[in-house]
Amino acid sequence: MPEEPKPAGPPTQMASTLWEGDLPTTVKAAFGERLLESACYVNQNFFVVQADAVIPLIEFLKREVDFDFLVDLTAVDYPKRAERFELVYILYSYSRNERIRVKTSIADGVVPATATTVHTTANWLEREVFDMFGIRFAGHPEMKRILLPEEWVGHPLRKEYGITQMDNNWVKENLGIESGQ
Amino acid sequence: MSTAETFLDSSELVLNMGPQHPSTHGVLRVILKLDGEKVIGTECVIGYLHRGVEKIGENRTYVMFAPYVDRMDYISAVSNGLGYCLAVEQLGGYVAPPRAQTVRVILTELNRIASHLLWLGTHALDVGAITPLFYTMREREEVLKIFENYCGARLTTHAFRIGGLQYELYDGFEDQVRVFCERMLTKLDEYEELLTGNRIWVNRLTGVGIINAADCKRYGVTGPLMRAAGVAADLRKLQPYSGYEQYDFDIPTRVNGDSFDRYVIRMEEIRQSVRILRQAVERIPTGPVMAKVAKVLKPAIGEAYVSVEAPKGELGYFIVSDGSLHPYRMRVRPPSFLNLQALTEMCKGALVADVVAIIGTLDIVLGEVDR
Repeated sequence: MPEEPKPAGPPTQMASTLWEGDLPTTVKAAFGERLLESACYVNQNFFVVQADAVIPLIEFLKREVDFDFLVDLTAVDYPKRAERFELVYILYSYSRNERIRVKTSIADGVVPATATTVHTTANWLEREVFDMFGIRFAGHPEMKRILLPEEWVGHPLRKEYGITQMDNNWVKENLGIESGQ
Repeated sequence: MSTAETFLDSSELVLNMGPQHPSTHGVLRVILKLDGEKVIGTECVIGYLHRGVEKIGENRTYVMFAPYVDRMDYISAVSNGLGYCLAVEQLGGYVAPPRAQTVRVILTELNRIASHLLWLGTHALDVGAITPLFYTMREREEVLKIFENYCGARLTTHAFRIGGLQYELYDGFEDQVRVFCERMLTKLDEYEELLTGNRIWVNRLTGVGIINAADCKRYGVTGPLMRAAGVAADLRKLQPYSGYEQYDFDIPTRVNGDSFDRYVIRMEEIRQSVRILRQAVERIPTGPVMAKVAKVLKPAIGEAYVSVEAPKGELGYFIVSDGSLHPYRMRVRPPSFLNLQALTEMCKGALVADVVAIIGTLDIVLGEVDR
């Protein structure tokens, strides 16, 4: 006997739908179990893959399907999850006029591979992710901070970093004031 | 020929340019490695204007954050606002009414013209021509007056609201835009007379800071730089938003990808913006300017990336919602940041005096690079 439909409330997770088409099929055939999800939300398609499959997938998409432009690379912090960081790669193909995302999750302290081997654009973007989240990328040509000073302690976009928090020692030493607040 | 090193050719000079340097239009520090007059390496040091806009976004409600985006690329605040509003609307499932969409197009195109005008004036000043600055400032003033009449602010306008517009148009808006369009075209001819055929101007910019289409893709370069390299990439055509598909306009492209081509592209883009303005101003639909948007804005759990063609390139917002009042993650994809990354590539082998011209035609705004 079918269950009573529950009253509609706000969804508790992203109400994404399955993304069907040639591209998910091709990627599924090539990556098998390493492709965890191909989904669509507000008409935007994305792949979720295992952490070790990200760079091979981006390279595959560039070589085989002509996703030749890395639009953006960023991270999202979910402190309560076991794999707390979600890495998001936004790709665009000029020939297909299509934009997709590739996502993966990594635990704190894990060093994912750099995307600079596939897209040079990733250089500064990965430096910014390191600066803001403290995620280091293996094989990056110049893994250092980009927006904050090199001696700064802390990574501001981590959720535990407060909105008014700052590196007071750095501020005292370099600006000669007690606090920037 | 002797290959022995003399003291003259054995040394490299490291020159520090900025952060306080007039040609960087803000606080950009470029460390140049020079061999005589030749640039053999560059490194950008940025972050002097970092205000943590993305962190602020996580600590404000969706509505409260809207004015902050104006302070990134403060030269084209309207484009920033449009991108942000479209992103939140996509996430929350709202659509701005047709009247609001058309007014948005008009204000955004006016802002594109203002941005390109300011670029032209300051860039000309950088490479030694003082006159164009006064001319372009004069025309830009007309645009700022329209903004001021419409929403009270000239620079950081906060012109749009999530779901449409806050203000109705004022009386005489259409006429003011029509007059401006007319005036702009004649003034553009004046600029071109001053510059396009000017031998000093042409020689100063031709062949300087070349970047080809393949390198643009490699470095994530977008906007006028990419179009100057021959790629007809413009999000207004590729992925139309806010009703851009209704207007008849062209995407100018050039082939060389040098500083002179970037100048020509921007001049042509002003003409195309005027074309859009003339069409849009004649067909502003009647009706409401605001969609029905919840007073307490809480988009469902989810994420969206929405981008617009800002005067500098692709400006994108990647917003993650956890169903609460505040965005869970507010990522901005700044065109200036990624365009600046290509500076190293463009400066390879250039003369030290050309670095100023190259930074100039990159058209970066440090407020957006550093956020």
